[in-house]
Amino acid sequence: MLKTSTSRLSPPSGLRLLNLGFGVWTALVFVFLYLPIFVLVVYSFNTSRLNILWEGFTLRWYLEIADNVRIIRALKNSLIVASFTTLASVIIGTAGAWLLHRYRYRFSRTIQTLICVPMIMPEIVLGVSLLVFFTVVGLELGYLTVILAHVTFCFPFVLVAVQARLQGLDPSLEEAAMDLGASPLKAFWLVIIPCLRPAIVSGALMAFTLSMDELIVTVFTSGLGSATLPTVVFGMAKIGLNPMLNALSAVFVVTTIAFVLFSNHLKKLSAR
Amino acid sequence: MIEIQGVTKRFGEFTAVNDVSLHIKAGEFITLLGPSGCGKTTLLRMLSGFETPDAGLIRIAGEDVTRLAPYRRNVNQVFQSYALFPHMTVRENIGFGLRMQKVAAAESARRIDEVVALVALQGFEDRKPGQLSGGQRQRVALARAIVPRPSVLLLDEPLSALDAKLRGQMQLELKRLQKHLGITFVFVTHDQEEALTMSDRIAVFNHGRLEQLGTTTEIYHQPRTAFVADFIGETNLLPADLIDLTGATARVRLEGGLELNVNAAQWPAGLRRASISIRPEKVHVSKQRVACENVFEARVAVELFQGVLDRLVLEFTGGTRLTAVVANESALLEAIHEGDRVWCGLHADDLVVVRTE
Repeated sequence: MLKTSTSRLSPPSGLRLLNLGFGVWTALVFVFLYLPIFVLVVYSFNTSRLNILWEGFTLRWYLEIADNVRIIRALKNSLIVASFTTLASVIIGTAGAWLLHRYRYRFSRTIQTLICVPMIMPEIVLGVSLLVFFTVVGLELGYLTVILAHVTFCFPFVLVAVQARLQGLDPSLEEAAMDLGASPLKAFWLVIIPCLRPAIVSGALMAFTLSMDELIVTVFTSGLGSATLPTVVFGMAKIGLNPMLNALSAVFVVTTIAFVLFSNHLKKLSAR
Repeated sequence: MIEIQGVTKRFGEFTAVNDVSLHIKAGEFITLLGPSGCGKTTLLRMLSGFETPDAGLIRIAGEDVTRLAPYRRNVNQVFQSYALFPHMTVRENIGFGLRMQKVAAAESARRIDEVVALVALQGFEDRKPGQLSGGQRQRVALARAIVPRPSVLLLDEPLSALDAKLRGQMQLELKRLQKHLGITFVFVTHDQEEALTMSDRIAVFNHGRLEQLGTTTEIYHQPRTAFVADFIGETNLLPADLIDLTGATARVRLEGGLELNVNAAQWPAGLRRASISIRPEKVHVSKQRVACENVFEARVAVELFQGVLDRLVLEFTGGTRLTAVVANESALLEAIHEGDRVWCGLHADDLVVVRTE
C-alpha cells in the first residue's frame, strides 16, 4: 500500500505533492473497484423494484430469497458441490504436494506445470473440453460431473498452498519421527499433516470459494437437477434485474470476502 | 557394540563412504571427525537407517541392521536442526518415542519426568519449541532421543547452532550425560577441538575413507597421515627426503636443505619421501643454545601477540619456515621479538613422520 502520510521531517514540497497525487490515485482505484459492490449492497435494501431511485429501507428481498424454492435448491446444490469439491481438492492437493516435495520424479517440473494449467486455463475451454470428455466417457451430467469439473481447477490451489508451506518445513522432521519409531505413514499423519494444517485450511477455503462462485464450467457440466446458485442467478438475470438478485449478491459478496480474509489470515499464520 | 564392515555408499558418481570398517565399543564416546563432504554424516545416516549401504555390513548389538528401516532400530538421533515437532509441547515432543512404543501412560509420564530433570528442563514442559531458546531446544532434542533408551545415540553436529560459550557448556554436559547413562555416543563434527574435548576415541575421515582411528591423545600426538596431522590441531608439515637410516636414528633433509634427526622407528619402511609434522608448541625457542637432538639458528620473521600465547614464525638458512607457539613474552625471562636471532630446538621424539598422499 502507498504511504501518503508525510513523515515528521517534512519532505521537500515537490515530493509531498507527488505523495498526495499517489494518495488520490489510490483512492480512485478503490472507488472504482468497490463502489459498484457498495451500490449493489445498498440497493438490496431498497423498497423500489428499480435500481435507479432510492425509496426506502426494506428487508423484503432477503425474505423473498428465503421463500424462493429454486434459489434455495440451487444454494443447497452449491453447498453440496463446494463441500465435496473442497474435500477432494484437499486430499488430492495435499497428497500431490507431499509426493512432489518428498520424492524425485523424472518429469517433476513438467508435472508441476501441467497441474497448474487449469488454474489459468480459460473457463470456457475447460467447460467445453470437460463436457466433451464426459459425453465420450458416457457420464451422465449431474452432481458427479460438476464436482469432477470443479476439482480439476480447485485442487491446484490447495497443492500450491501446501507446497509453499512444505518448502519452509525442516526436512529432518519426518526423519526425526521415523527415528523415534513412527512408520512413514504415522510420521506423515502425526507430524507432517499438523505442520501443514494452516496451508491446508487456507487452500480448502480457496477451493470452497472458487467452487461456490464458479459459473461457466458449471453451466457446461451440470445437469438439470444439479444447477448451482451462480447458474440459477445468471438465468434469472437474463430475464431482468430483480432486487432479489441484489440481495442474493450481497449475501454472496459478504460471505466470499469473509472467506478470503480468513484464508489470507491463515496464510499469514502459516508463513510464520 | 557396532560393527561396520567394508561399508561403501555412492551417490551417483560420488563415493561418499569408501570401504569403511570400524568397530565401536559399548558405552564409548566416539567422534566421527572430518571436513564437510568427508562421509561422516553419510556413515551416521547409515547407522540411523536413513541411507542404505551399497556394499558392506552394519551390525548393532549383534543384529544385522544393514537394511533395517529407521523406525525398527533401537537407535536414536539428535539432529543438527533439532527437528523438534513445532505443534507439540516440550512434553509431547519428549514423549513421542514412548508413544510410538505404546508405553503405558503412567510409566511414560515417570520416564519423561526423569529425563526432563536430567536435562534441567523443569518448568518448560508445556511450552512449544518456538518459545524456547537455542540451548533449551538442544536439550529437548537430547531428551527426546534418550527417553526411549536407545542402545546407541547418534549426534549429528548437535552443537553447531549454538554460540561459542553455550557450546562449551553443552560439551561438558553431553560428556556428563554420556557417563551417567552409559549409552554409546556416536558424535559427528567437523570441529576438531570439540572432538578432542569430548571423545574417548576419534575416527578421522577424509574423502570417504577412514584415515585414522584412535584415542584423542593418539590422534593428536601420533597422527599417521599428513591429513590427520594437519586437520587435528595446528602443525608444521614439512616434506622430507631420507638421506641416512642407521641404527635408532634416521636422518632426513627438508626442502630448504635443513637436516633433521628423527626416530628411525617412525620412518615408514621402504619410503624415501614423507612429511615431518611438528606441533608449534613443541618448537623450543630461546636466546641461549638449547640441548636437543636438533638445534638450529633462526631469525624471528614474524611475531604475533595472541594474549596468552605468542606466535613466532622462524626462518632458517635456506628459507625453511616454522611456526612456534610460546608463552607470551612477559612470561619469558628474555623477551623475543621480530628480527631477533634465536636458537631453535626440536626433540626427535616430537617429530612425527607422516605419510604424504
